[in-house]
Amino acid sequence: MNHVDGNALAGDLREIFAVDLTAATGQCSGCGYKGSVASLRVYQNAPGVVARCPHCEEVVLRLVRGRDRAWLDLRGTVSLEIPLP
Amino acid sequence: MPIVSPGFTGRRQSPDVQLPPGQYLAEDFPVLTAGPTPRVTTDRWQFTVNTEAGQRYDWSWQQLIELPAEKITTDIHCVTKWSKLGTRWKGVSLDVLLEDVETAADYALVQSYGGYTTNLPLEDLIDGQAWIAYRYDGEELTPEHGGPARLLVPHLYFWKSAKWVRGIQLLLEDEPGFWESAGYHDYGDPWREQRYQGD
Repeated sequence: MNHVDGNALAGDLREIFAVDLTAATGQCSGCGYKGSVASLRVYQNAPGVVARCPHCEEVVLRLVRGRDRAWLDLRGTVSLEIPLP
Repeated sequence: MPIVSPGFTGRRQSPDVQLPPGQYLAEDFPVLTAGPTPRVTTDRWQFTVNTEAGQRYDWSWQQLIELPAEKITTDIHCVTKWSKLGTRWKGVSLDVLLEDVETAADYALVQSYGGYTTNLPLEDLIDGQAWIAYRYDGEELTPEHGGPARLLVPHLYFWKSAKWVRGIQLLLEDEPGFWESAGYHDYGDPWREQRYQGD
């Protein structure tokens, strides 16, 4: 096993979003599975961060951090349901 | 008693070694992966070239290894900043595989088992610049490093050298691959430090 769980996304995503997205519920565009961002399978030993669906292993999120910007690709995510305080 | 200290030299690098800008020398061979490692056995391995006109060319593993192979010794440069010098590979030149392929395409989208893709101009795959490599350092290429076979395009950042390669789609128009559509540079020349879009 060379992935860690989606809690590893907390720091990177907090830099971009004002809320902690690991508690959000995402829906995979590959298989429709709904689960928390924290439950994703995260591959970090790569040119960017890749999070995959724990059910079908499709890519649901890609995050590339450049020198002065970041690219967040969410095409594998149908939606994010984000709890608000 | 004198104390002999070699001193702190940091990352050892001989002064005559020239690396692309921003790179450091790696002694090991780091394994980077964007997903689970595909386990593709050679009996079900297949390499396919699809042209823009819909023509398809296939090679089985046996057909691949019966083609004339070359031994390649080359430096490789990863966009995550490590470089490794003098890596030794064996593989089939894309010149051999594309020899009888009729195409008017200018671009290629390389596809891997496991879903990875990367794009590059077709002219960067020909004229002795790219290989389907199946041996590394005298051994079979391990799955962690892309085995049974990977693309080897050492003049570009190593994310272009797709592991677990299964085919090439030839295209009239450029189509970004896995990392190229998520912020990485479309071409990726390490000597011009083309890491990210806009570099």
